[in-house]
Amino acid sequence: MMKPDIERLYRQMARMRFFEEAQADLWDRGLIPGEMHLGIGEEAVVAGVLDHLEEGDALALDHRSTPPLVARGVDLASMLLEVMGEEEGLCRGMGGHMHLFSREHLAGSSGIVGSSAPLGAGFALAAQCLSPGAVAFSFFGDGAANQGLVLESLNLASAWKLPQVFVCKDNRWAITTRTRSVTGGCLARRAASFGMPAYRVDGTQVEKVWVAAGKAVRRARAGRGPSFILASCPRMEGHFLGDPLLRVYREPLKQTVEIGPPLARAMLSKPLAALIQRCGYLGNIGRTIATLGGERYLLAIDPLRRGAKLLSEEARARIESEAKSEVAEAVSRAMERRGRND
Amino acid sequence: MTRMTFASAIDHALETAMERDNRVVVLGEDVTMLRRNLYVRFGPKRVRQTPISEAAFLGAGVGAAMAGLRPVVEIMLVDFIAVAYDALLNEATKVRAFSGGKWSVPLVVRAACGGGYGDGGQHEQCLWGMLAGMPGLSVVVPSNPADAAGLMLSALACDDPVVFLEHKLLSDYWLDYLGGASRGTVSFDVPAEGTEGEVEKPPRPVPIGEGRVVAQGSDLSIFSLGVSLHRCLEALPSLADKGIRAEVIDLRSVAPLDRDLIVDSARKTGRVLVVDEDFIGFGLSGEIAAVMAEAGLKVDFARVCTEGVIPFARRLEDEALPNVRRIAEAALAMASR
Repeated sequence: MMKPDIERLYRQMARMRFFEEAQADLWDRGLIPGEMHLGIGEEAVVAGVLDHLEEGDALALDHRSTPPLVARGVDLASMLLEVMGEEEGLCRGMGGHMHLFSREHLAGSSGIVGSSAPLGAGFALAAQCLSPGAVAFSFFGDGAANQGLVLESLNLASAWKLPQVFVCKDNRWAITTRTRSVTGGCLARRAASFGMPAYRVDGTQVEKVWVAAGKAVRRARAGRGPSFILASCPRMEGHFLGDPLLRVYREPLKQTVEIGPPLARAMLSKPLAALIQRCGYLGNIGRTIATLGGERYLLAIDPLRRGAKLLSEEARARIESEAKSEVAEAVSRAMERRGRND
Repeated sequence: MTRMTFASAIDHALETAMERDNRVVVLGEDVTMLRRNLYVRFGPKRVRQTPISEAAFLGAGVGAAMAGLRPVVEIMLVDFIAVAYDALLNEATKVRAFSGGKWSVPLVVRAACGGGYGDGGQHEQCLWGMLAGMPGLSVVVPSNPADAAGLMLSALACDDPVVFLEHKLLSDYWLDYLGGASRGTVSFDVPAEGTEGEVEKPPRPVPIGEGRVVAQGSDLSIFSLGVSLHRCLEALPSLADKGIRAEVIDLRSVAPLDRDLIVDSARKTGRVLVVDEDFIGFGLSGEIAAVMAEAGLKVDFARVCTEGVIPFARRLEDEALPNVRRIAEAALAMASR
């Protein structure tokens, strides 16, 4: 059996991580408008899958689209310029971070939850007709797995034997809702019931993702149809930067002052007999926040730290330093271009 | 009267209705957190968390309304309604006719809309024209807290489906979440008059389909709504400097449209400017032109609307959405014709 090139995988993971951190910094400085959904925590999933990508393969991405685009080799500075809304950006400042498109890489993204599944099915249909052997990858989250259009796409891909790989990044959250609390059954079994192989992997272990993705991609290239990969991974920066739930941990006092009084008023509204019941409801909110914090601050397993354990200290340091300077160079190139426009 | 933010005024209306009527329930993504003040009071049976499955839960809202509940279904952002359009287009708005008038769908759809904070073309649309194009659907767009509370109460009392649109520049929590306002390094052009104001307790219902004259004038009628209404008011001083007295009307409802108010004002001034954050084609602005033409009025007509996909870049976005400069230019151009 083939073995993954851990150094190559780790290099991609490090590039993605540093790129996401650079975006977080620009966002904090107010240089990136609107929402910013980072893919920090998803690096091993993306690296393990896209290591199998070949020229001519297509990418259908969601609102955390930058890590796959970094791995795909899209120019880093042009992406930074895009998310800052500059004319020289990848999409001339028209798309922004949720709507990144690169025609030359056959890569498109969308901020509409679940829409990467049908988009990928269309890419796969074109591949089936125009370039047999090429594969389409659809990335989406466990929250999206409850969208009708995802379920319909699983069926379509199976019925048409499309060369499509569905990659479900399972971070266990649908925005601020525990996915489990709004999901029936198991997502992998659900996908399997459409008649395709479904792999459950630990998405913090890049080598395990790589093995599962290899099987899925070989099947797709051979024209035998789609596969589904359910890869668990942490959501380390909340749903988006400035996530109000994470802020409860980062600035507890301020949040209590803002959220507390209206909640207390609601608790104490008539009839007071309901107070005990209401304490239970308040407890539910408290539990959700506690779960989120627990996962983030106590249990989160950083896929990069895991990946680093597979390397010598020398290799890790060398790869990280190379990735860091590549991203730093892209940031300064982007800032220089931006400065010229002001 | 109590001072309330736009968002808390809506909450207050919902709370009032939920207190009076056990059939009022709230369904939507993240409502446990977004509507936490209602959730801790009324519990998970009446404030119910949904999966990200708009087609299912909006469609379920239709059935629930037919079978006796008064659901408020939240579609987080109106852009996301696209995946659930069937529930409105072919189900909710058809039942009254299909049942020969014997059955109705008392459903409220609540969604955030509008731009001005850099979220790009899939999260900042208004879409009220597209929605109002369905016969049988009311669409309301409040521009201040009192109207927000009053229109929500009327929507909840209505026996037919109503879409209630909440502009994100007016609702502080949306601007915080989606604009990233918490970082303190960004700023937004938020109309103060719209975000906070006096609201009666309990709120006084605002009739659906009734506009309001916000500023009196005789030279030009400006019809607008939502955040654009405030942009129009900001443009007034520069018009007054040029001797133009504009009448500004807050339509408040897109459907049904306050045709009498539109025709009366247009007849008086002879010049009409529509300022609409929604798309220019096949929508509210064209409908207003048709209303006047059908009334036999011959008026000067111009419109300031959003003309294409909303750009992500802040500078381009500010130009694409109706702004004070575009409004003033259009008004001056009409006045000098």
